[in-house]
Amino acid sequence: MSRADAIALAYLVTIVTFVLALRFLSSPTTARRGNLIGAIGMVIAVAATFAQSGVHNYLSILIVMAVFAPIGALAAQRVKMTAMPQMVALFNGVGGGAAALVALADFHRIAPDPGRIPFDVGLSIVLSALIGSVSFAGSLIAFGKLQELVSGRPITYPGQKLANGALLAALVGVGVAILAGPQRQALVGALILGALLFGVLFVLPIGGADMPVVISLLNAFTGLAAAATGFVLHNDVLIVSGMLVGASGTLLTILMGRAMNRSLANVLFGAFGTIRAGAGAGPGGDGAVRSTTPEDVAIMLAYAKRVVVVPGYGLAVAQAQHDVRRLADELEQRGVDVRYAIHPVAGRMPGHMNVLLAEANVPYPQLYEMEQINPEFPETDVALVIGANDVTNPAARNDPQSPIYGMPILDVDKAEHVVVLKRSMNPGFAGIDNALYTEPQTVMLFGDAKDSVTKLISSVKEL
Amino acid sequence: MITELTVLVLAIFVGFEVISKVPTMLHTPLMSGTNAIHGIVLVGAIVVAGLPHQATWIRIVALAAVALGTMNVVGGFVVTDRMLHMFRRREPGPEPPSE
Repeated sequence: MSRADAIALAYLVTIVTFVLALRFLSSPTTARRGNLIGAIGMVIAVAATFAQSGVHNYLSILIVMAVFAPIGALAAQRVKMTAMPQMVALFNGVGGGAAALVALADFHRIAPDPGRIPFDVGLSIVLSALIGSVSFAGSLIAFGKLQELVSGRPITYPGQKLANGALLAALVGVGVAILAGPQRQALVGALILGALLFGVLFVLPIGGADMPVVISLLNAFTGLAAAATGFVLHNDVLIVSGMLVGASGTLLTILMGRAMNRSLANVLFGAFGTIRAGAGAGPGGDGAVRSTTPEDVAIMLAYAKRVVVVPGYGLAVAQAQHDVRRLADELEQRGVDVRYAIHPVAGRMPGHMNVLLAEANVPYPQLYEMEQINPEFPETDVALVIGANDVTNPAARNDPQSPIYGMPILDVDKAEHVVVLKRSMNPGFAGIDNALYTEPQTVMLFGDAKDSVTKLISSVKEL
Repeated sequence: MITELTVLVLAIFVGFEVISKVPTMLHTPLMSGTNAIHGIVLVGAIVVAGLPHQATWIRIVALAAVALGTMNVVGGFVVTDRMLHMFRRREPGPEPPSE
């Protein structure tokens, strides 16, 4: 067996480990093992690459890796669980940036002989430079929005779509020029710069609530860029792994859109989350908001038969997951049936709440998905909404004027009592008022979620 | 070229197939896990950075790609592992009863 065969075989092993890693993600019990298997596959691929006959400069490459691996590991370890979404965006961005840089360097390798660049190789270089750069810049903006360095509200101006369309057309033009003409390095540079700008402009008008969808899409983009790089380098492991990610990222993006009952086009171009005057208020309720005290809520909870906790992003921000579990323990000791209702897009990522509650040792059989829990709300004594907003807004069911009309929601308004823990009356990510708050069965407990829950625990204990 | 396209198309189907079995509650780790996998672009960066006799600025660009790719791979897998660590099944120990 030649060296090339051995390397190809090693790459095949890597591909198998990646497929297994994704396969094992179908159950929480095997998922972690799957991730480990994928990591081992990655190590195999890197080792095999070093063994390639054309690879030199080991020392400088190894030094760079030795410096940046701990940086990545440290960032990943230090990040708070609430900041996970932006961390994923950041790591996604650097991957896209790497693909674009590889394309830039590789073009130089092939291009010194003008006019001799094969069409397929040229196309792959253009694609990986373009997609990689868009993913890099877009991910950084997504990171900025989630980290609240950039306004989470959509940033729009007149003629925006036209301007973005024109920029994209110009980029395609540059790409065609690179493929057709005598290859000039400057054109690739211009393509990358233009694509970076496009990445920024493309994400700015998208609201913070939709960032998870954007990250998922850009994740798919980076996968595609990696696959395109694979075509340039004739490297199967890049093609397959990149495409696995491209396909799965696309599917995940579609699934997330479906969970919000919105098309991808609406997510990307709808500037969703602009504050609209007059939206909301809606039917039901007398327009007045009733505020309450922890003591009253404690009584309600302690004497309930069934309590359904509805967590949202506010819980994540306040880091209240551990206190929520303590409250639930307290209630369960009193014989209350406590469940958690998880909306598919609660928080800022699908599954975000699952991760947080799992961190707080909430047994996952107590977590119910929307379809399972919705029929249970009419038999629920208290729905305890902690920092969730848009996913509980009944306007999605009954107000055709509402921007979120048609989005599947948790039917908390069908519970006998609704207690909403909320910092203030500010609208949620979608930028609209929540009709739930003025319903007659709803009371509000204002304050930081962690404080409020702590007070609830002590009040329940005193009963 | 055609072989590579064949491989590409098959990978698309495998991707769709495998992902459609992942439950919603694991979608965040899934996003993070696939994020780590596309760090495979590091392999491409190493190949380009390993080419002999390149202009200095090309070496720098390629090594920058290695740096970014490394962070993508290491950070991606570590973040995913941290998330999945939380999904471990609770042992029926001294913890308050959930039944």
